[in-house]
Amino acid sequence: MPPPLPSLEQHPFLSGLSPEQVSLVARRSHAVSFPARALLLREGEQANTLYLLRSGRVVLEQNVPGRGPTLLETLKGGDILGLSWLFPPYRWHLDARAVEPVEAFAIDASCLRGPTPEHPVLEPVLAMRLLRHLYDRLERVRLQRLDVYKAGA
Amino acid sequence: MNLHAPLSTFAAGPMTPEPLRVRSIRRETADTWTFSIDVSRRPGGFPFRPGQFNMLYAFGVGEVAISISGDPGRPGELLHTVRTVGPVTHALRGIGRGGTLGVRGPYGQPWPLEEARGQDVVVVAGGLGLAPLRPAILHLLRHRAEYGRVSVLMGARTPEDLPFRRELMRWRTNSRLRVLVSVDKASPGWTEHVGVVPALLRDVEVEPARTVAWMCGPEVMMRFAVRELERLGVPDSRIHLSLERNMKCAVGFCGHCQLVPHFVCKDGPVFPYERLRPFIHLREV
Ligand SMILES: Cc1cc2nc3c(=O)[nH]c(=O)nc-3n(C[C@H](O)[C@H](O)[C@H](O)COP(=O)(O)OP(=O)(O)OC[C@H]3O[C@@H](n4cnc5c(N)ncnc54)[C@H](O)[C@@H]3O)c2cc1C
Ligand code: FES
Repeated sequence: MPPPLPSLEQHPFLSGLSPEQVSLVARRSHAVSFPARALLLREGEQANTLYLLRSGRVVLEQNVPGRGPTLLETLKGGDILGLSWLFPPYRWHLDARAVEPVEAFAIDASCLRGPTPEHPVLEPVLAMRLLRHLYDRLERVRLQRLDVYKAGA
Repeated sequence: MNLHAPLSTFAAGPMTPEPLRVRSIRRETADTWTFSIDVSRRPGGFPFRPGQFNMLYAFGVGEVAISISGDPGRPGELLHTVRTVGPVTHALRGIGRGGTLGVRGPYGQPWPLEEARGQDVVVVAGGLGLAPLRPAILHLLRHRAEYGRVSVLMGARTPEDLPFRRELMRWRTNSRLRVLVSVDKASPGWTEHVGVVPALLRDVEVEPARTVAWMCGPEVMMRFAVRELERLGVPDSRIHLSLERNMKCAVGFCGHCQLVPHFVCKDGPVFPYERLRPFIHLREV
């Protein structure tokens, strides 16, 4: 039997938050599933969801005119997906496609964008986690663009 | 048994290449070929330890260091996997089946297979870095019961640039190894991981006190992978890297391969990271 999927409070992105903080997020989130090959994000569409991936794999795709789609990075259970809701114009910059069936939590990003009377404490805590995530991804992208395997590199 | 094979078995002195015939050549990727060199006339074949290299001489053109990529349990078959990048490797490629090249070696320090006995092993390979790791992986497979969990993390630029691709997939299906493959870039249809190799370390359960890591690939990639292993708590003494430096003599005379106090040809190419740490970030002049 496969192991049970992590609950919202067990997801690495939220683990360690107080029960009150988790319940604030829980109120604005719901569980979602996608079959293999489904698009979770489509370039150009309105960005208003943060996905916390629970299982399965998702690949970020960039469509390059004349060259077709290029696969850029794989994300999986434990990762987060979708950050374009952070800043205007709130549109996805990439496609994200399920490589295999995906289970996730979809969080309404409007509750994460900035300090609100409803989230006086949550926002800086999550902002630090987003920053950590972005920093890790930046490091990976830097290494990827060095093209270290090129002959003579 | 290869583990106890002498570090060097020179037939004609350490600086004299031995002429040997190319038995066959197999294409790995667009610019990489595996040469099988005929050692049938040598008594005992060509014993070596995983991680060691030979100097291959394209007569009249020059000599380059190339790792041995074959099975240490089969010293009757000497394999080298070569990427054509410049004059010598192009000349080697031009020799063709039945032609003759010069071989001297084996040289260098091997992967610490004894130290890894009873431990979990994480092998991290980037591109052609799989060539010197392949003999170690074949050794682990041959003596599977003596080691704990074995994971092979392999990265390449694109799916087409993966050397030993069919074998990697075979290792994966035989399930005695965990094999994770990642490429920097792919087109739709590729269902393995896309991204950099160090990211694959997040998919491996690592118990720092019982894990050893061996890696070979582009140096920048290894530095990122070391950082990830350090984050996971693996001590520097348990991380081993194989380095490449420009080589001439391969026996510690000429100084071409010097890395401050170390000679990569005789103290390496395999080093524990704790010995490299102070020097690996130094720029060469
Ligand atoms: C211990 C060791 C093991 C090696 N194992 C293999 C192997 O299994 N397969 C393989 O294809 N290659 C291997 N190499 C690298 C190989 O020695 C070089 O690619 C080769 O020397 C290139 O020679 P060339 O005359 O064809 O090209 P050159 O004209 O000498 O070089 C062409 C390009 O390769 C780079 N280069 C040259 N020599 C080296 C070097 N020693 N390390 C890194 N970059 C270099 C140059 O900067 C240049 O960009 C190994 C090197 C070492 C030190
Ligand atoms: S190659 Fe001459 S000292 Fe190492």
